[in-house]
Formats: sequence, structure tokens, C-alpha cells
Amino acid sequence: MSRATGSAGAAPAGQTIRVNGAARPLLPADAGMTLLRWLREREFLTGTKNGCEIGACGACTVLVGGRPVRACKTTVTDVAGDVVTIEGMERPDGSLHPLQQAFVDVGAIQCGFCTPGMVLAAQALLASKPEPSRLEIRRALQGNLCRCTGYQQIVDAVEHAARFMRDNGGIESPGCTQDETEGTTG
Amino acid sequence: MSTTIREKAFRNDAVAKVTGRAVFADDVSYAGMLHMAPVYADYVAARDVRVDVSAALDVPGCRRVLTAADVPGATHYGQIERDYPILITDTIRTWGDVVALTLGDTRDAAIEAAARVTVTATEETPILTVEEALDPYARVIPTWSDSNVVVHHRLRRGDPDAAFAECELIVEEEFRTPVVEQAYLEPESAVCVPRTDGVIEVYGSMQHPFSTRRFVASLLGESLANIEVHGVAVGGGFGGKDDTAAAVCARAALGALITGRPVKLTYAREWSIRESYKRHPYILKYKVGVTSEGRVAAVKAEMFADSGAYLSVTPWVTWRSTAQCFGPYAVDNVCADVYGVATNNGFNGAMRGFGAPQVNFAVESIMDIIAGRLKIHPLGLRRINMVKQGSTTVTGQVLDDHTVSIEEVMNRVVHEVGFRKKYEECSFGTPSETDSDALYGIGLSISYRGSSLGAEGMDFCSAIVNGQFDGSLILETGIHENGQGSESVMTLVLAEQLGCSLKRIRYRRSSTSTIPDSGTTVATRGTILGGSAVVVAAREFRQLLSTSLATRLRCKPEEVRFHEDRIWGTTFDASLTWAEAMKELYLQRITPFAFGTYQAPDVSWDDTTGQGNAYFTYVYSCQAAEVQVSRKSGNVKLLNVVAAHDVGRAINRAMVMGQMYGGITQGAGMTLMEEVHRDGGRIRELNYNRYRIPRALDVPDMHGIIVENHDPKSLTGAKGIGEPALELIAPAIANAVHNATGIRCNSIPIKIDPEELP
Ligand code: FES
Ligand code: FES
Repeated sequence: MSRATGSAGAAPAGQTIRVNGAARPLLPADAGMTLLRWLREREFLTGTKNGCEIGACGACTVLVGGRPVRACKTTVTDVAGDVVTIEGMERPDGSLHPLQQAFVDVGAIQCGFCTPGMVLAAQALLASKPEPSRLEIRRALQGNLCRCTGYQQIVDAVEHAARFMRDNGGIESPGCTQDETEGTTG
Repeated sequence: MSTTIREKAFRNDAVAKVTGRAVFADDVSYAGMLHMAPVYADYVAARDVRVDVSAALDVPGCRRVLTAADVPGATHYGQIERDYPILITDTIRTWGDVVALTLGDTRDAAIEAAARVTVTATEETPILTVEEALDPYARVIPTWSDSNVVVHHRLRRGDPDAAFAECELIVEEEFRTPVVEQAYLEPESAVCVPRTDGVIEVYGSMQHPFSTRRFVASLLGESLANIEVHGVAVGGGFGGKDDTAAAVCARAALGALITGRPVKLTYAREWSIRESYKRHPYILKYKVGVTSEGRVAAVKAEMFADSGAYLSVTPWVTWRSTAQCFGPYAVDNVCADVYGVATNNGFNGAMRGFGAPQVNFAVESIMDIIAGRLKIHPLGLRRINMVKQGSTTVTGQVLDDHTVSIEEVMNRVVHEVGFRKKYEECSFGTPSETDSDALYGIGLSISYRGSSLGAEGMDFCSAIVNGQFDGSLILETGIHENGQGSESVMTLVLAEQLGCSLKRIRYRRSSTSTIPDSGTTVATRGTILGGSAVVVAAREFRQLLSTSLATRLRCKPEEVRFHEDRIWGTTFDASLTWAEAMKELYLQRITPFAFGTYQAPDVSWDDTTGQGNAYFTYVYSCQAAEVQVSRKSGNVKLLNVVAAHDVGRAINRAMVMGQMYGGITQGAGMTLMEEVHRDGGRIRELNYNRYRIPRALDVPDMHGIIVENHDPKSLTGAKGIGEPALELIAPAIANAVHNATGIRCNSIPIKIDPEELP
């Protein structure tokens, strides 16, 4: 049941990917690794969760080039675009992104295992659709399982955040504000 | 108390979880850590099992392969009967049995090695249904029993046979409920670390640190004091992270003990579903006699729960089914027999609801069937038979020491959803003018649920309040956080008791070595027991402070008050900040520390008659569901759910709501889509692509109503909500489907054949 190796060949020397605003090198040994394992095991960005490893639960959702992707189904050497993980959602001053704040405020978090993936899927939605209906929110989260909350307060949180961001000058895009020279691991 | 608990969502762990900083077991790593993988054999039932590990040891990076021969303690353990193999010796009783464990430098190496372990055995014909297992000539699966009937609970009250003779209507129905996977989003995981003093430390994704400690100590042959189990963030449990999760911890601990290195064992979803216990499927047979006025006069019930290969908590699950065998109705003549039956299916154990959802599905379906036959309104029939203040339950318990609010919760739901009008609008029985594809129906159900363990087990819990020199406070309790928010509830209770700000309190997640064993976090007992323990400790703490500070506050000790984040005497100018107060105690050489234990009120039970005071209090619930059934496809779509629960008191409203929505959604999953199938004992749905649980579009926006009749036996007034939320949605949906289509589904998950639709 090993899912360590993918189809891609060795990482070209000097290949880097940008993660939460910082360029990170890919090593030859990383070739074929899934983005999920690479983030968790190489970068120690353990906020990205593994719930199924077959692309069915959405716990591993991260943004690549602003779009939600399943890190467990993505080979790290194939990543084309900036990666944003849950660790890159906070604002540069360390305060919570409005989406994160809304999850906290409305009680959308129980065990929290789905939360990172939910926040990123919601972020991708709001970036393309700042005023989604509840049905559109549910549609956007259809790929993300939550066993605890029954989804209702998660939908509430996304609605709240959307309203807050509209009232406060538009969507905030995370992960692109940090200086490249700053380390982002750990 | 002057400070009331605020209404906004409060969770001490929310920021950590929303930023990805929360540490779950698989997020823990150590330098030099080895990785473990389990080895399964493709047998469902076999004896003379022989394991050959030589090829596995050749895999590069494989360090070691462990089998039963490496176990210093007992290979088998269990909460009631020690029959669950942490590692099998020579007999395989189910497909999830683990025959060996590999240890590798990497997880890949361990997995690769596991694939190279070869197993030979003499295969036996597996026994896969309760019917086969009950055959008198069937092979007996458990070693400790002389029959496959591993438990039999009886309830005898009045004289049902005589009463049936007087009845106007007798209804006989059989119901079936599915095997359900808890489907916690985080699979089992454990990291175990050998400490230099010989203690093995365990960081695991498990529900019950103390139960886990017993599993680990037993496998390792170590004393309880030599095992320290730490809680980490747990990605859901729903009852499902006890035995198997504890076995995962014990296996990693075995690796750590033998190699002297930290060991991580993180389950793949496929291993988790293959091996972990599930919800018991039930076969329920009811015979119910009703008088012409609609009074249920007699009930005979026979239930069979598939226990699977190991006993786990089957006797407790089936006990609850016995004590609550006819829902929240007062019936004078009842005879119930509830059996747990061993098979070679994977074992079944605790899952949120614990023996109640199955029974409620049957009982609340029957009530609607009776209403239909007698042409009585389903609400009226329920009103006639439901328990009222002072009623006697089927176990002979008189309900007179708390508010019996079943009628109140039902009225709230009926009003909120507009039940009477919508009931008239249901498609079944209403000639339709259009040939629209959609059939509409509404259905309702009610239940009561005994709080906490009842006569199932020992019920007590401890809490510690530890005041610091600067006025901050550390709180610990023996209740474990599984994601349900118990730590936050405990913190809110302490803040209320001490009239202090939440910021002052730091909840410390206790380890098994720092607080007395407080039992397991099950049975919706976290809030009622843990909360009450915090109240006891807080009272002690206030007492200590009052006595020590009275002189300084120029008043009598009993006049000292705690509010607005200060400590007060009788006059407005006599008050102390918490820092001043703590400093004063230290100057007097008094440690500001209090320990409190709460012991649940007594319950009683007679095994031969099934009579007694089964639980010290009950949660009353009502849920209504509206559905739309497609004529073309037979698909059932949930349109709306309204739920009311008397939780005693809501300490954290947003979280009570979250428990309701989540519980209803899990219950709807069991009703409409979830079922584990086995082909010859091998599970078909090993991951979420095949085991479908509700997604965001599968459930509607729901309406939760919190009813609060403070419970006099709970020191906070609160009773809990975790399980009640799940246990009665199935019959509400089944009744709604019937009212839409005229089809009565006696087995869930509901499948409607469009051919049968009007
Ligand atoms: S872990 Fe990637 S979708 Fe489940
Ligand atoms: S909060 Fe537990 S899975 Fe969503």
C-alpha cells in the first residue's frame, strides 16, 4: 500500500517551488514524492492533513496558483505555481486571515482535522466569487469531508468571512506577502 | 454565580487548529524514530497460523519484525473479556487480525517489509451471519464462552401475554440496521518514546488515555506507573478510538520497548477500516399490542447484535438497548431479550449512540405504523404513551427527580417546523395534481437517553485547580478532548465558578500520570461528570480562598464573593485582584490548590428482571425531517431537519449546536448511505471512495433548538448532547419517506426502488 513513488523522474537540479512565499529547493531524493508527503516530511508543514491518500477526503487540500488541489494526488516535481498551505494563511503581522477568524468565531471547528483543507478550499472560492450563496459554498466544499460538524457552521463561517472581506476592502490573498529571503519552514 | 457563561463560540484550541499548528499524533516526530507497519493475512478464519518473516528482514531499511513471540506481556486484551489480539498467536478469527509488525527506518521500508511476510494456516469456514452463528452445531468462536451467544440481557415487566389478549391491535415488525464505520477523519496513529528512566511515553490518537494505558501495560507486561499516556489533538473518535486505537498505541510501545528507539505507527485509511471496530448491526423483532384508545399495553422485543469476533463492549452496548428497549414510552408489560452474537466479522464496539440508534429506529417506526393502522395522529399517539413527570419507565424507574420534558421538546419541534400543516401536505395519501417528479414527506421521532454510563459501569471524575503566584490558574480534569470541545467547557465552568476571566485560566491537558483515572470519555459523560468535578474542585478552591482572605477583606469567610475577575468582601472598597489574593495566600504559606472528585449518583440494575434505576438522569429529544423522494430515481433528499434537545443547560451554545448538526449528519449517513459490506468476511469499502459519508451537499441547513431544564443532579445543570443528537434521525427520515411514498423501510440504509413508487 505504499504510495511513495509517483510517475515523475528525478527532480531537475536546481528546481525550486514557492511555498507560502518562499522558494524551496527540490532535492533529487524528492522525485516522485507526493506534494502531501513532501510538505509534511521535508518541510515539516504538518498543517496539511492526510485523511485518505487517494484524493477522496480533501484533508490535504492546498492552493497551487490559487486553485485548490489535493496534495496527496499531486507529485511535487509536477507542481507549477505558488503553493499556499494553511501555515501561509495568517497575515504578515501574525493575525488570522478573516476566513480563519470566522471559523474560530462561529464555532466551525471541532476536531480540526478537516479545518486546514476547508479553509483553503473556501479561500479559493472567495477569490473567484466574493459573494457566494450558501449553495455555492456547499458546492465548493463538496470535495472536503467533515465528520464532526455537519458542515453548517463551516458554511456560516465562509459566509461571514465573505461579508467581512467585502466590507473591509476586498479579498486578501495569502502567502504572497512574505519576503523571499525569510524562511518559512517549521 | 454572578458571571454567566458567554454565548460566543469559545474553544481553547480553535486558533491552533485553524492555523495548522495543532499537533496530531502523526505530526509528532523524533530524531532516530523508527516506523512500524502492521501485517495482515488474507484469512477470515484460520488456525495453526505460521508466520515467516525471513523475506521481510531482507528488505533494505527493515530493522525488525515482531510477532507474538516478542511480546513480554499478554498478547490479548479487552475491556471486559481479554480476547482481543494485539498480535495473534495461532488463530485468526477475523480479516483485520494482525499477525506481525514490521519496523523500518522509513514508513516505506516498513510497508515493503510487511508485504514480504508470508503466512500459512489451516483455513476454516468463516461464520458470517448471526443466523449461522446461532445454529446449535456452529463452531464456537470465542475461547472463553461455550456458545456464540456472548451476552444475553433480559427485561421482564408485568405480563405481556395476558395484556396482548386485551389489545385491539397487535403489530409485529422486524427491522435491520447496518454496520457503520465511525469514519473519524484522522486515522489511528501513535508515537511511543522510551524514556531514560524506563517509562514508555505514548502520544496517541485515542479517545481514552486511561483505557489505552491498560492496553499498553498489559502487552508490555509493565506496571501502569511505567506507562505515561499523553493526549494530543485527536481528529475525531465518535466512540471509535478505543480498543483499536489503544492496540495501535500498544504496538508502537512494544516497538519502542524492544528497540529502545522512538516508534511511530500511523494507519493508512485502508488498515483503519479493515481492522477497527464498527457500530453493531442489529436485527430487531417487535410485537406490540395497543388498546383501541391507542395505549401501548404490551411489548415483546427480541434483538440480535452482531458482536463480531471479539467481545469489546458488546455487553454494555446491548445493555443500553435493553434499558431503552421501547423508547421514551411508559409501558406496563414488557418482555425483552437482547443478545450479542459472535461471528467472524470484524468486531463491533462503541460508536456514538451506543445501542440506542438501532432501537430508536425500530420503536419510532413502529409508533408511526400503529398511528397509521389506528388512524390516530402520530403526535397524538406519542402524547398518549410518552413518559410524563412521575411516570415509571420500562425498567421500573420513577422519573420524578428531574424535569421530564419530552412533551416540551416535541412541542418545540412541531411548532418550529409547522408539523401539523406539513403532515397534511405529504404526497402519500394526497392526490397529486401535477406529475412532478418529487414526492414530499415529513416525519418525526422522539427519544430519551440515559446520561452517562448508568448501570454499565463506575462513574467518577476528578479535577485539579492550581493557583499561581501571579493570579493565573491551571485547570486539569480527567476528561479527554476528542475534538468535541470538552476542555473549553471545563474552562468555561471554572471561569463561572470563580467569577474570573477566561484569560486567567490555562487548561492543561493531563497525562495518565498526573491525574487519577477518571474513566473514559464516553456516553455523553464529559460535560456532566467533568463539569461537575470542576464545580467540586472550584468549591474547595473558593472555600480555601475565603478562609484565608476573610481577615484581609474585613468580612466573614462566608461573605467572600468572587466576581468581575476580583475577590470581594462586603463593602465596595474591600476587594483584591487575583494576583493580590494569590500573593496573600503564599505569604500565609497556604498553597492555592484544590482537588475535587465527582461521583455520579447511584444507579441500580437487576440482571434477571432488567428492572432498576438504570440512569441517574435522561436527555429528552425530538427531531423532525422533511424529505423529497424522486419518482424517477428513488433518491431521497433531505430538505430540512429541526431538532430540539433538553441538554439541561448549554454551557457553550455554539458547540452544542455543532454537536447537534454533526450528530444529525452522522445519523443521516447511517439512514441514507452508509453501510460496510463484506464479501466472505472481507470488507468492500476500505476507503472514502467507496465508503460514502455525507458531504456538504448531502445535508440541508438544519435548525437546532436548545431546551434547558437544569438538571438537579448535575452540579452545572448540564446533561450533554453528543449522542442524543445522533440517535433518532433515522426513524424521523424513515417516517418522512413513508409519508412521501407509502413505502415503509424497515431496514437502513434506505433504498427505494423507483418501480415501487406511485
Ligand atoms: S488525503 Fe488527499 S484527499 Fe484525502
Ligand atoms: S471538524 Fe472534525 S472532521 Fe471536520
